Amino acid sequence: MPQIFHKILLSLALMAATLAQAQLTVEITGAGANRIPVAIANFAGDAAAAQVVTATVRADLERSGLFKLVDPGATPLDENVQVNLGDWKGRGADALAAGSLARGADGRMEARFRLYDTQKQVALGGAVFVTSNDQLRAAGHRIADYIYEKLTGERGVFSTRIAYVIKSGNQFRLQIADADGQGAATALSSAEPIISPVWSPDGSKLAYVSFEKKKPVIYIHSLASGQRQVVANFKGSNSAPAWAPDGQRLAIVLSKDGNSQIYAVNADGTGLQRLSQSSGIDTEPRFSPDGGTIYFTSDRGGSPQIYRMSANGGGAQRVTFEGTYNVSPRPSPDGKSLAFIARRDGRFQLSVMDLASKQVQILTDSQKDESPSFAPNSRMILFATEIGGRGVLSAVSSDGRIKQRLSIAGGDVREPAWGPFIQ
Amino acid sequence: MKKLLIPALLAALIVGCSSTPIDETAGAPVESRSGSGVTPVTAGGLDSRGLPRELTDPKSVLSQRSIYFDLDKYEVKDEYKDLVAAHAKYLVTNKGFKVLIQGNTDERGSREYNLSLGQKRSDAVKRSLTVLGAREDQVESVSLGEEKPKNPGHDELAWSENRRADILYRAPDGRGEF
Repeated sequence: MPQIFHKILLSLALMAATLAQAQLTVEITGAGANRIPVAIANFAGDAAAAQVVTATVRADLERSGLFKLVDPGATPLDENVQVNLGDWKGRGADALAAGSLARGADGRMEARFRLYDTQKQVALGGAVFVTSNDQLRAAGHRIADYIYEKLTGERGVFSTRIAYVIKSGNQFRLQIADADGQGAATALSSAEPIISPVWSPDGSKLAYVSFEKKKPVIYIHSLASGQRQVVANFKGSNSAPAWAPDGQRLAIVLSKDGNSQIYAVNADGTGLQRLSQSSGIDTEPRFSPDGGTIYFTSDRGGSPQIYRMSANGGGAQRVTFEGTYNVSPRPSPDGKSLAFIARRDGRFQLSVMDLASKQVQILTDSQKDESPSFAPNSRMILFATEIGGRGVLSAVSSDGRIKQRLSIAGGDVREPAWGPFIQ
Repeated sequence: MKKLLIPALLAALIVGCSSTPIDETAGAPVESRSGSGVTPVTAGGLDSRGLPRELTDPKSVLSQRSIYFDLDKYEVKDEYKDLVAAHAKYLVTNKGFKVLIQGNTDERGSREYNLSLGQKRSDAVKRSLTVLGAREDQVESVSLGEEKPKNPGHDELAWSENRRADILYRAPDGRGEF
């Protein structure tokens, strides 16, 4: 069990009272062993805007579990000021960011910053992000991504978005929020369940299963326009959509020919092709990041286990062997591991398999984990679980050390899906 | 006309067969009347969704629409054979009617895998109906998985009520329950 390093409640600046109910609260319940000490100075310039940006950057870095914030003091520091990096090193910071906010000629805000390595006494780089006033937090996420990548060597995911479903009363809402749970917006409201949302590789659409026609039907929903299109509404059940990495085709599950079986279909609903051929259940398909393999759940061996097959169909190889219930396979975007849900002693727990060594690690000690979803940089896994009988989202690093909890007052949260990198 | 004659004849037969002397001194049966004391009956009436009352009247076997399953089981149990047979007979007699069978599971485990398990339950009911003469195109079997629990609880009682297939009807004019 990872030790609980600290417990911090973030994300309380709510724009409007109406948003309050829909806002996810992020709580960090574990952190990495060797956190990088970093100081984010108060940015100079427009004080109100600078406050929003620096608060966002700090919260992002802290929430990642990979950084320890060093007190920067109250003095604002812009990106051009001569800083004594030795002093900052003396304060315990390995890195320092300074910057400023200024209104450009067109009225938009310009966020400039520079990042320094206090050990090597060098500037690591900097950037300027131009945003409208209501997008200041987005600029903060971009800056946090820049800092994260420079200091860890991997891409940050603070600018990405997540999708999830809230059930409150008999109402279901498919929501889109920033990765920190802020800025939630409802993409779809329905009196019937919505499950299995998955992001298109370009992040512009979601595919999901809606029960609004008294049966499961697969839709593709363009987020900007709100336009929806039925991808599969065959006789029987239509479910478990998964995008191919090229964004052109989806793997789906249909029961039209008997048992649940896996098919491929174009995103416009044409070109249906059967991929799996078994007398049992084949479901929950997911493409490997290279698009060549489909991982899926099948009960062909007598209990639900994870298998893999070519993305063109054909023979399948079994992937999981331990236990009698291994479901919901999710290959990591870097292709190195496979997250899934394993039932052990009646508990459903998020697990991860190293695909090279086949070693399996159980990442949680919870009872009812569901629907794992990797961050696009493969570091964190977002999943649904239950705490006190209420659905919440949790995230855990693929090494099990860093843990976050995202919950919503007055609603059951489920079916999370972490979106792709923002281009 | 024939339909009306038969109950009348039956009533006459019952009276004719009665051999027990009726004691005229015993009090006449007491009826509690309200209003006119007339219970309105609509012959061949439709319910609010446009379905014949025999499909929804609680006194009719056809109003029983739920078939329950044991844990990890997907076969229609013997105790539901008569119920399924009654629905099959209705579909054979009323060829313009269609049914949607919704399979359900309890809440434990993967939502998508449960969707496939619910499908196995609705498929089993569909097979029973078609074996007994319902046409393939009269019956659609789908699954709601764990998404529409009848009992929202989290214990064995709730789970047993949620392992279930429900039969929904649609009339030839398109009105009905789905």
